[in-house]
Amino acid sequence: MHNDPFLLGGHEFHSRFILGSGKYSLHLIEAAVRDAGAELITLALRRANTKEEENILDFIPKTVTLLPNTSGARNAEEAVRIARLARAMGCGDFVKIEIMRDAKYLLPDNAETVKATEILAKEGFIVLPYMFPDLTCARDLVNAGAAAVMPLAAPIGSNKGLAAKEFIAILIDEIDLPVIVDAGIGRPSQACEAMEMGAAAIMANTALATAGDLPAMASAFKLAIEAGRKAYLAGLGRVLTRGASASDPLTGFLRKGE
Amino acid sequence: MSANENSFFLSGDHLSPAARAKKERLEQDPAARADIMTYLDGMEVISSDICQKVMTEVESYDPAVYTAKEVTAALNRERLGIEDFKALLSPAAAPFLEDMAQKARLETTKHFGNTVYLFTPLYIANYCENYCVYCGFNCYNKIHRKKLSLEEIEHEMAVIAQSGMEEILLLTGESRAQSDIAYIGEACKLARRYFRLVGLEIYPVNTDEYRYLHTCGADYVTVFQETYDKTVYESLHLAGHKRVWPYRFDAQERALRGGMRGVAFSALFGLSDFRKDALASALHAYFIQRKYPHAEISLSCPRLRPIVNNDRISPRDVGEAELCQILAAYRLFLPFAGITVSSRESAAFRNGIVKIAATKISAGVSTGIGDHESKYNEQKASDDAGDEQFEICDNRSLSAMYREMADEGLQPVLNDYLYM
Repeated sequence: MHNDPFLLGGHEFHSRFILGSGKYSLHLIEAAVRDAGAELITLALRRANTKEEENILDFIPKTVTLLPNTSGARNAEEAVRIARLARAMGCGDFVKIEIMRDAKYLLPDNAETVKATEILAKEGFIVLPYMFPDLTCARDLVNAGAAAVMPLAAPIGSNKGLAAKEFIAILIDEIDLPVIVDAGIGRPSQACEAMEMGAAAIMANTALATAGDLPAMASAFKLAIEAGRKAYLAGLGRVLTRGASASDPLTGFLRKGE
Repeated sequence: MSANENSFFLSGDHLSPAARAKKERLEQDPAARADIMTYLDGMEVISSDICQKVMTEVESYDPAVYTAKEVTAALNRERLGIEDFKALLSPAAAPFLEDMAQKARLETTKHFGNTVYLFTPLYIANYCENYCVYCGFNCYNKIHRKKLSLEEIEHEMAVIAQSGMEEILLLTGESRAQSDIAYIGEACKLARRYFRLVGLEIYPVNTDEYRYLHTCGADYVTVFQETYDKTVYESLHLAGHKRVWPYRFDAQERALRGGMRGVAFSALFGLSDFRKDALASALHAYFIQRKYPHAEISLSCPRLRPIVNNDRISPRDVGEAELCQILAAYRLFLPFAGITVSSRESAAFRNGIVKIAATKISAGVSTGIGDHESKYNEQKASDDAGDEQFEICDNRSLSAMYREMADEGLQPVLNDYLYM
């Protein structure tokens, strides 16, 4: 879909599939990127904080844009420090804010995320905040200078799909920035459904990492995301309800010409 | 169980008559021993309800009442409650071990993918002021004692770092006099220069001391309660500050209040009823996590091993199948928790358990003092090296472990952490 570019922070992409790089062997990253057709790949900076012989950065093809994340940050201050470190390490200006004060479900701390977004946006970062799908927070993130919002669909790693569907739909309706659905997407069909709803892109990691054949699943997600996008652009058809409606129109009493 | 039944006591022929008399009095006369619930001078008392919550559950736990029905119900549940966990630890769950392992593997994969973290322990001193009858470092055991100088510590670290290791766990015997906080703090500062992640397994300390050690670069604290059964604890930890059971229990909470990122828990299996000790260890972690949701939580699972001068010590009724049951139950009850399996266990067990529940294993291990260079380079150890705390079982080097984990289809990870 070359006439349907994905604009993010002033950059133009053609893939709407953001790939994660965690939880699977580094040697599979290249094949995953290729089969996903991904142009953006996230990496945990804390995972890149390693010596040279197994540094994840060496396994990521140079053709894709890095999206370092701040996982491990427990508050805005730590997220800001990690983001600055990522930029200093040559990871570019994109940053995905992840702030968790919950080691069990890894749910994001929306309030701290807004604070970090404001600081980093002022410093020229292209900030993509991972968030719980809350409209008020999403508006705050827009005002703070975010380049997109990344609401979770379900708890991270759960492969539960669009558990937060209604709230994500509200964000898509009300927020003018791209809404990138992140976390919890377990199947290509769920990714497709989110794209049909009007999500701008999908981010997935565990669904691929836990698949039997990782590159093949990357390819399946690519196709599903493209199909969902196409359906969204085409305009979904009317859904017929079961059972007949009243044969006489309810407004039949209105006299013509009155 | 009395301590005598486990053949822990050794002759004290090497001791002075006075010391020998004191040792024998401690062993034979409970009245000669201090009260395990009374804090010693300088020990911080914190206000916490976690101990009471854990012990209420543990004391009322009767593993014999669970049947296949409760086990099956637990296995069919998506999120396990405490009752489900109790069922999975019970004898009734033994026939379901393969089902538990299959389900545990799914949970482990969901939370950790195919990663397995590697680390190594570094013992910097083996002086100890406690008389814990099963431990090689106990103050009455005739072993070669040693405390590394800072120069020697740095040399050991350089040798270990050269192997590629990025995470280190610093250990001492439990002697405040020989290994004081300032000494451990300097060791942490050195470790930060050679490693990405520094953990501590030292005697329990106060909140402000944990805070100081955190500023020196340590971020994880491991404290083994050994056994949560106070009667057995009293009969095995006969003298020294370690005898104070509640001060040890609250160590993880003080560590978190002192700013540490994560804490690890365990009983030493084989000392008492392992099902109750496994329940207590996991509930200790569970209630800490509820109170400190940001904390990273992990569980270890050491079993008793033979020590210098006593090769009769064994984990008794905790065989590999029982250990596997405990770890699968841990994984299902606490899907997000790290689980560490040490070199006390065999290579075959560790290769198997990392595919079910474990997320971290040690490699290139020595539990002696100052002997890494000789062990890593296959040279004769210096006569000056300090004796080991216990015999290890799996002596694979880091490179061998890295290769074998990769061959098993797992992704060895040397570091996934930033010191903040």
